Amino acid sequence: MPVRDLLLRCRYNLIPEHLIGEVLTKRWTDNAIPFLALVITIVGFGTAIPGFFQLQSLSDSTRQLGEFSIVVTGLTIVMLGGGIDLSVGSIFALSAFAAVSAFFIFEQPTWIALLAALIVGGAFGAFNGFLVGYAGLRAFLTTLVTFIIGRAIYDILVVNYAAKIQLSMMSSDVWDFIGDGTVFGLAISVLAAIMLALVAHIMLSRSRPGWHILAVGGSRRSAHNAGIRVRRAVFATYVISGLCCGIAGFLLACRLSGTGPGTGLNLEIMALTAAVVGGNSLGGGRGSIMKGIMGAVIVLVTTNGLIRLGYGTGTNQMVLGLMLAAAVILDIRWLKNRHKVLNELYVAPIHHRMGETQSAEPQADSPYALNDRLSQATPIGLGDLEGPEDVILDHDDHLYCGTRHGEIIRFFAPDYRRSEVFAHTGGFPLGLAFDRAGNLISCVGAMGLYSIAPDGIVTKLTAETSRSLTSVVDDARLRDPNDCDVAPDGRIFFTDSTKRYDAHDWALDSIEGRPTGRLLCYHPATEKTETLLDRYRYANGVCIAHDGQSLFFAESWACRVHRYWFDGPKVGTVECVIKDMPGYPDNINRASDGTYWMAWLGMRTPSFDLSLRHPGMRKRMTRRLPQDDWLFPNINTGGVVKFDENGRVIETLGDLAGAAHPMVTSMREHKGELFIGGILNNRIGRYVIPGANQRWTGLRSYWGEDR
Amino acid sequence: MGKGFSVLRADQERIVLIIAAVLFLAAAIFLPGFLEPSNLIAIIRSISVLGILAAGMAIVIIGRGIDLSAVAVMAMSVAWYLQMLGTRSPDWMALLYAVAAVLAIGLINGFLVAYADVPAIFVTLASGSFVFGFVRSQLINQDAIAVPPEHWIERLGRLRIEGIPSEVFIFFGITCIAFIFLRYTKWGRYVYYAGDNPVTARNSGIPVRPMLVLRYIISALTAFIAGLLTASSLLSINTRVVNSTLLYDIILVVVIGGIGLSGGKGSMRNVIVGALLIGIMLNVMTILDIPNIYQNLIKSTILLIAIIIDGLMNPRDEQTAQQGDI
Repeated sequence: MPVRDLLLRCRYNLIPEHLIGEVLTKRWTDNAIPFLALVITIVGFGTAIPGFFQLQSLSDSTRQLGEFSIVVTGLTIVMLGGGIDLSVGSIFALSAFAAVSAFFIFEQPTWIALLAALIVGGAFGAFNGFLVGYAGLRAFLTTLVTFIIGRAIYDILVVNYAAKIQLSMMSSDVWDFIGDGTVFGLAISVLAAIMLALVAHIMLSRSRPGWHILAVGGSRRSAHNAGIRVRRAVFATYVISGLCCGIAGFLLACRLSGTGPGTGLNLEIMALTAAVVGGNSLGGGRGSIMKGIMGAVIVLVTTNGLIRLGYGTGTNQMVLGLMLAAAVILDIRWLKNRHKVLNELYVAPIHHRMGETQSAEPQADSPYALNDRLSQATPIGLGDLEGPEDVILDHDDHLYCGTRHGEIIRFFAPDYRRSEVFAHTGGFPLGLAFDRAGNLISCVGAMGLYSIAPDGIVTKLTAETSRSLTSVVDDARLRDPNDCDVAPDGRIFFTDSTKRYDAHDWALDSIEGRPTGRLLCYHPATEKTETLLDRYRYANGVCIAHDGQSLFFAESWACRVHRYWFDGPKVGTVECVIKDMPGYPDNINRASDGTYWMAWLGMRTPSFDLSLRHPGMRKRMTRRLPQDDWLFPNINTGGVVKFDENGRVIETLGDLAGAAHPMVTSMREHKGELFIGGILNNRIGRYVIPGANQRWTGLRSYWGEDR
Repeated sequence: MGKGFSVLRADQERIVLIIAAVLFLAAAIFLPGFLEPSNLIAIIRSISVLGILAAGMAIVIIGRGIDLSAVAVMAMSVAWYLQMLGTRSPDWMALLYAVAAVLAIGLINGFLVAYADVPAIFVTLASGSFVFGFVRSQLINQDAIAVPPEHWIERLGRLRIEGIPSEVFIFFGITCIAFIFLRYTKWGRYVYYAGDNPVTARNSGIPVRPMLVLRYIISALTAFIAGLLTASSLLSINTRVVNSTLLYDIILVVVIGGIGLSGGKGSMRNVIVGALLIGIMLNVMTILDIPNIYQNLIKSTILLIAIIIDGLMNPRDEQTAQQGDI
């Protein structure tokens, strides 16, 4: 291997660049940055301040954290619903005051104090909710103004009643216990915060009202069109936020047994920073309670840590401002560019040197030399069909094929002029095969393996295989099931061409050149699917060999055909029988003379082979050029190849003008004729094979003379 | 539709003007001392600073933005300037530093709104908090900074023309410049287009983003001027004003005057009318000896009512409102 190739392989094949893109497709990466920030904050302050995280020092700040988390939970719910609540500080202070005055001035029991706090919080929240939800005002300014109103009312109340509260002799064990008792070593406020977070999380992720809130936040207009009562959902979020502030205010009242002019001051910017730093998106729809809690811990640890470190007035506000700005910018930029970044990074081409091949040019001295015989084929369904990837015939000579529209069409023998929709699968049916009972087995593109009974009933056989432990992308899902065949004992062998791309992105898979194709087996008895072979470059056609113990499968982008033994003495082994073909192989099927037909979906070109040795060029190409200008495998000239069990190529059929069958993806021999399909073609071709067995059919070859 | 709408808007402005006049008459009749020349000057003087801040805010709001950092910039820039005077720097150097810092804040605000697509409300909330925190913790060492004796700011505060304080003239000068800018210059008209429909404005070739940055710089500079005037009349600047309700008074002036928060509408006339009403109102409340905390409640309630009316009269356009525009 030349040194240049070696270096390129080190750079592109050994460095797992594709993992970056795969990791970025995961939703949990959204959590990574806030989580990292959380760890850095905790470790940073933990080391900077000795004893910062000892329980003794934490007790008061943990209670504070409990109250703060409850407020942030409420704000998070409002933000998920697409709004914002800046009045949390005022509601918090007013509720605390309500609880304190109910307890100390009116000398009511503790539960009445809690009720008072909840009523005040809920009513204030309902006021916000009415203005924003029902009156349709802008959330930010409206809650900013209700925040000032609430603050003004609170200031008036404190000035007038603070003395009365301080003079009260009222006390209660319950009140004190909530204020500084612990259960299982946890402060009451922390317990309350945890319980509330759990309830809120379950509500948001598992219940209808929660889904409605998320839907409204995600897209208000779509939620409205889907019949969700948008205004009511928005209203509810503010009420919930108000109630959360009520609980937090009550807990604060119990802890401090009083309120002062500073109660709840700056809480709104702290809570907002916490919610955004945790990773909740402004404008709603994306986020979770857990993110809010993470943000709450980050913000509170930071502000308390800065105070402990002795930084002066204003430092906290400076840091909060910086954190808020950084988090909002990151959030906005990330949301906006995530898709772009993913597109940029996902395609990670590798170096691959294709082997030297024999010429396929007409009159060349090789078995691959193309001729013009396919152009003689007579068309079936010309103009009516779109995309017959595979074709198959039954005992009554009826012809079946899949179409781009997700249907399986049946053409009636003998002239194949009449047709009907045999079944509707919902996906693009690709490979077809009949099992012993006469069910039509089909690999439905991007969906899975399906069985269609003779009466047209479609049943799903499998859409997943076992998840491998090392794969980052979900490789349990079948992304591109391509061709299938049925073994004598009923096992269905089929290919899944790529793990990294959906079926319609096959061109990207070819450009990337990573071997991720698989051979799978479905066991009808146990209804289990197992992965037999992995790491092939676009595993494609499958055909059970005439011996009934092995199968041939095509590896398209490597231009190879392999033979795999699933029974007999060589069970489990795999051999490459044809390599370095001049064309990209697709489906393989049996021929009447004991050999096999293989379709070529296109021909190799020197330019694309060259580009496979220049991964950097392919990477730049996918990033900088529009899709129309990409270089990818030629699919304008295909053909049909006949080969024997040992991989010796016997003959090649082609259509040089490309008018009838430019791209061939399948062919099926039946009673002396070859039926030819193409995934991008508008017809099925019917070609008379000179000297072929006039009685031979595929079904008889598989399942014998009897039906 | 357009015609009916403009009649409606003129009505709102007129109503505010009538209310201001009625309030003025009532106060003149029932409040002793209200019509004293010294009190009238006090009213106009109190309007001046508020009005200058409101003029800067109005330009931002017409362009469909908002600047919540205005008060922080106003107080902290001047506080830093005065602090530098107290230490070592020559005056012109300190002024240069302060102006540069103000420009930088406006630039950062504008850049983040225009080029990072962050909602103005969050950018300016965060930058206001940062400016206050940074200056308070790093650059100055006490809440209030006094103006040095015989400094030009002090002389400016003493300056009277025909018995009228200089800031009144500065206020009218600034509103005149802003009026001419908005009404008669190409760039001023662009502010309306960008505020009315930013996407269309951009598609038609208006440099929407640089203009956005410019508006936040203008807002920061007017805030600095307002801060200098505040210092000149009080002979010191108290940074606690950042935590007061001054910011909401500014928004109150703008919204009461009839400039819709959804942008694209209003002029300097609205600012003057709004400032007049608020100035008279504040003065009346002070003469009536209503405590500050009650004044806050009254002002904020009026602001809420104004916002509700604004929301009902200028409902948000779902076609041009963006997802996440809260």
